[in-house]
Amino acid sequence: MRIDGKGLIDRTKKLRFRFDGREYAGYKGDTLASALLANDVRLVGRSFKYHRPRGVLTAGSEEPNALVEVLGPKNQTPNVRATVQEVFEGLDTQSQNRIGSLRFDLLSVNDLLSPFLSAGFYYKTFMWPRAFWEGLYEPIIRRAAGLGSLSGKPDEGIYEKAFAFCDVLVIGSGPAGLMAALTAGRAGADVILAEESHALGGRLLSDGGMIGGASAADWVASVAAELRAMANVRIMTRTTVTGAYDHGTYGALERVGLHKPARPNLPRECFWRIVAPHAVLASGALERPIAFPDNDRPGIMMASAVRTYLNRYGVSTGKRVTLFANTDAARGVARDLMAAGVSVAAIIDPRPDASTVEDCPVHLGAEVVGSRGRRGLSAISVRKGAEIFEVETDCLAMSGGWNPTLHLTCHMNGRPRWSEDLAAFVPVEGAVPGLVAVGAANGSMSTHGALATGHAAAQGMVEALGRKITVALPEAEDAPYAIKALWQVEGKGRATERAWLDFANDVTTKDVKLSAQEGYASVELMKRYTTQGMAPDQGKLSNVAALAILADATGRGIAETGTTVYRPPYTPVSIAAMGAGGRGEGFAPKRFLTSDQASRDRGAPMIEAGLWYRPSYFPKPGETTWREACDREVMMVRQAVGVADVSTLGKIDIQGPDAGRFLDFVYTNTFSNLAVGRVRYGVMLREDGLVLDDGTSARLGAGHYLMTTTTAAAGLVMRHLDFVHQAFCADWQVRFISVTEAWAQFAVAGPKARALVNSFVETPVDLPFMGVAPVRVGGVEGRLFRISFSGEEGYEIAVPTRYGETLFRDLVARAETMGGGPYGMEALNVLRIEKGFITHAEIHGRISAHDIGMEKMVSAKKDCIGKVAATRPGLWGPEREQLVGLKAEGPISAGAHLFVPGAEVHRETDQGYVTSVGFSPTVGAWLGLGFLKDGRARHGERVRLVDHLRGLDVLCEVCNPVFHDPEGEKLRA
Amino acid sequence: MPDLIAKSALQGQSVTIGGVTLAEAAPGPITSIALYPGGGKAVAKGLKPLGLTFPAPNSFNEKKGARIFWTGRDQAFLTGALPPVLEGAALTDQSDGWTALALEGPLATEALARLVPMDLRLTAFPVGRVCRTQVNHMNAIVLRIGPYAIELMVFRSMARTAWHEIQTTLEQISEHARVKP
Repeated sequence: MRIDGKGLIDRTKKLRFRFDGREYAGYKGDTLASALLANDVRLVGRSFKYHRPRGVLTAGSEEPNALVEVLGPKNQTPNVRATVQEVFEGLDTQSQNRIGSLRFDLLSVNDLLSPFLSAGFYYKTFMWPRAFWEGLYEPIIRRAAGLGSLSGKPDEGIYEKAFAFCDVLVIGSGPAGLMAALTAGRAGADVILAEESHALGGRLLSDGGMIGGASAADWVASVAAELRAMANVRIMTRTTVTGAYDHGTYGALERVGLHKPARPNLPRECFWRIVAPHAVLASGALERPIAFPDNDRPGIMMASAVRTYLNRYGVSTGKRVTLFANTDAARGVARDLMAAGVSVAAIIDPRPDASTVEDCPVHLGAEVVGSRGRRGLSAISVRKGAEIFEVETDCLAMSGGWNPTLHLTCHMNGRPRWSEDLAAFVPVEGAVPGLVAVGAANGSMSTHGALATGHAAAQGMVEALGRKITVALPEAEDAPYAIKALWQVEGKGRATERAWLDFANDVTTKDVKLSAQEGYASVELMKRYTTQGMAPDQGKLSNVAALAILADATGRGIAETGTTVYRPPYTPVSIAAMGAGGRGEGFAPKRFLTSDQASRDRGAPMIEAGLWYRPSYFPKPGETTWREACDREVMMVRQAVGVADVSTLGKIDIQGPDAGRFLDFVYTNTFSNLAVGRVRYGVMLREDGLVLDDGTSARLGAGHYLMTTTTAAAGLVMRHLDFVHQAFCADWQVRFISVTEAWAQFAVAGPKARALVNSFVETPVDLPFMGVAPVRVGGVEGRLFRISFSGEEGYEIAVPTRYGETLFRDLVARAETMGGGPYGMEALNVLRIEKGFITHAEIHGRISAHDIGMEKMVSAKKDCIGKVAATRPGLWGPEREQLVGLKAEGPISAGAHLFVPGAEVHRETDQGYVTSVGFSPTVGAWLGLGFLKDGRARHGERVRLVDHLRGLDVLCEVCNPVFHDPEGEKLRA
Repeated sequence: MPDLIAKSALQGQSVTIGGVTLAEAAPGPITSIALYPGGGKAVAKGLKPLGLTFPAPNSFNEKKGARIFWTGRDQAFLTGALPPVLEGAALTDQSDGWTALALEGPLATEALARLVPMDLRLTAFPVGRVCRTQVNHMNAIVLRIGPYAIELMVFRSMARTAWHEIQTTLEQISEHARVKP
């Protein structure tokens, strides 16, 4: 219930929200947990395994119990911590992990079966019969286990990812963090202050107290105002630093819009990568529960959470509260409750020598040994000496001390150190380079300790940055942290008693003891055997207690037992945030041709080639299949003239006195003797002797070449050239740069190609086959190449890219007046298969020059990259699969394998495979290119083509790969 | 004879979102100047009439509309002026290979923080600085023109993707900026 006059919520802003279909009211500044508690909703979830009723346990991101599903218009987000989710108008949430209603969860039958469901149950039970696992056991277990559920639809929400850089990253904004940020900020350093909650202040907002003579709240407000006014300080609230990585990089998740109704363009979350040479870890500490029998009822909460709900949200978590705690600091909870008019039924303190000053019954040397209440706490049993008595209470605030929140210091494999004084692990200095833990995160539990260590750490960083500052340290309480470790309480000795450690995964003290008993005595094995700490909360509350109990069960000390490794992320990070912007087409950039719109205007479906979008074919009215269009386009090129955009081919401009020498070195054949104005086909090998790429290079001037590469290999070849240049001939007078994007280039091919070309160049050119010349087109300087990838007389005209679109439209219109037109990738592919020209379908990375019949192109007169390696045994000879043509009556497929007719079809009898196929309207048959063992010697044989995937089993004829115009008369016409 | 019309990748479009203006810039001619071994002196001499010097790594200098910026080892791009005759270097026309985008406004670097993995704080990346980096998945050249002004260059074929990604980011950060702390 709400307490008048308490809390930092804005009572003028009432908000309506829903939980499990019922409407409730909360205020601006509430979390879902505080608003539900204000409405006296105590049961908020069911536990993972036993489906025990569970209530809110904490007030922070460490919450193991109050996990809910948030329902959005486009998303359903599971496992949202109600203690973190802020209430907004229209927030719609529901409980999870139940069958039926939350009050009557059918799966709570598991709790009755709990004697059989202890740790290791699955491993022992579901081993046989083996076949039952997949069909029966696993589906049932999957149905019963798991926590929240997804909508089953793609997440269409908006996410961001971003980079940030600063001098000092301050993680946490309690007294230590604020003091550090203030010190570094005043010194002029670039500061990022990251705070998980929506407000600065940390525990000061919950615990109150005095700082520098003012109330803690006033001090926080004044520091926050000063920091906000500094241009060099960036305050990031709702931001959890989730991981520490190499080179001062930290991962952080910002909840950008999760506290508001969804609206267009408002990101839900932003995943930050923050780079900071210095970082202050002021993440505070997490209060730990005490394992006593039935310590998991709704109404049993962390003492610090009770105080937070009271002081920060103005909510009393009970009418009659009891406190079970082993530190002096926890007494503040009882004092605050009484001051707010809430009745405190009793304080139970296991320390016999603790104080009794509070104005309520205080039982020293006493322990809570049990609890009652079906869906919420109604009474606790207390043992004091030999006596056991009941105390009626609806809320038990428990505190077993505090564990420094040191997770980030372990993210680079640092292991924390056990402190006997604090009965807790503390960070080891220097575990993450540049990161200094301060305040409670480093075991300085008092407010003074936090302020002083935060100040000192920042001071050191400021000096390391070469700056100077003097900031006075305000006065604050410095009470000693008096703790007597208490991990578990022995109950009344009943066999059914269970004391919970990991509330999220239903791990009890018994499970840990069982683990030790069954031989899983190392902490890493215990964790896996019991699933301790493996739930969404990653054991933030329970890991240390579990290993204390393991230490006890194995007769070792805690330091000796050690701890498991804390790994990033500190809190769950949605994959959607890490992959922000990458959904669907955001996966990769799109590269568009200048002819793109013109092609689309003609209804051409576009296909991706590398990152480029290229027209597949250009449908004409009446054509119902792509094949009809493709066949027509092929015949058009063979009989008239076709135009295709070939700008996607890689173009590399190579200049310098040593340019020819460089090309000789990267190509197998010679280019230094190529005449100016001529083009030559070349093959390039990798260092290992296999083919890297092929293409033509033109000599534009004495020391000026233009190399073309395959579309998809443009980057690869550029990288190869860079490597060769830098590694082997950095001192040569040669320079090269990509000009792929600078030129729009169009192929004009067919018997009427020359007529078309001469219709648009300013002066008609008489180019020999494999010639290049500068031309002027409509007043623009261009280049004309006479090369062919189709087998017809072919030209390629290149102009600066800005003119590409109009030139393409013009060429196509001219071609159409001559009975020609544009052709797409499908026709281009058929044309080159008919001519036996290879692409990367053939030179796929395992192919030698010998395999494609180009071994003679490896010049004997000079060295080249890959030359020696290409002569290795196994890369040549009849045992190699060699390029052949294949001809068949019916459809054949790329990817099919080749066998000797009559032989068995299996891996050992495999004779080769098919790389490219197409129906050839020119030849009137299906043609393919493929690789066949000793293929060049087998022209005329028949082979059996088998494609299990497509169900093909066809006899083919092995032939010369050049089906069309094998003498090349048309090319040279 | 065809009448060829010059078209830029983005038709010179511009948009203002959340106080940041994104516009296709027109840098004029772009020429890559790649020094041959030992060519530094000759190039320095050749650049003198333009009032420019061959830039140190990650920097640029400009004079009367001509700008020269570092783009790689022994390589720089000259924009805004036709190249002089230069001994000691390979010159290549890059005018049509790139699309330049100008981004100006108080949140310009905040937007780029979503796309560029570089420290773009004014102290780390002051006016006069250039870097070869990425804009999301795209290879890019980023220049610091003014405290709130950045110029980016991406491959011309990717201009539409670059525009889309920057515009989307601007829309999102302007919503992001509206969220009160």
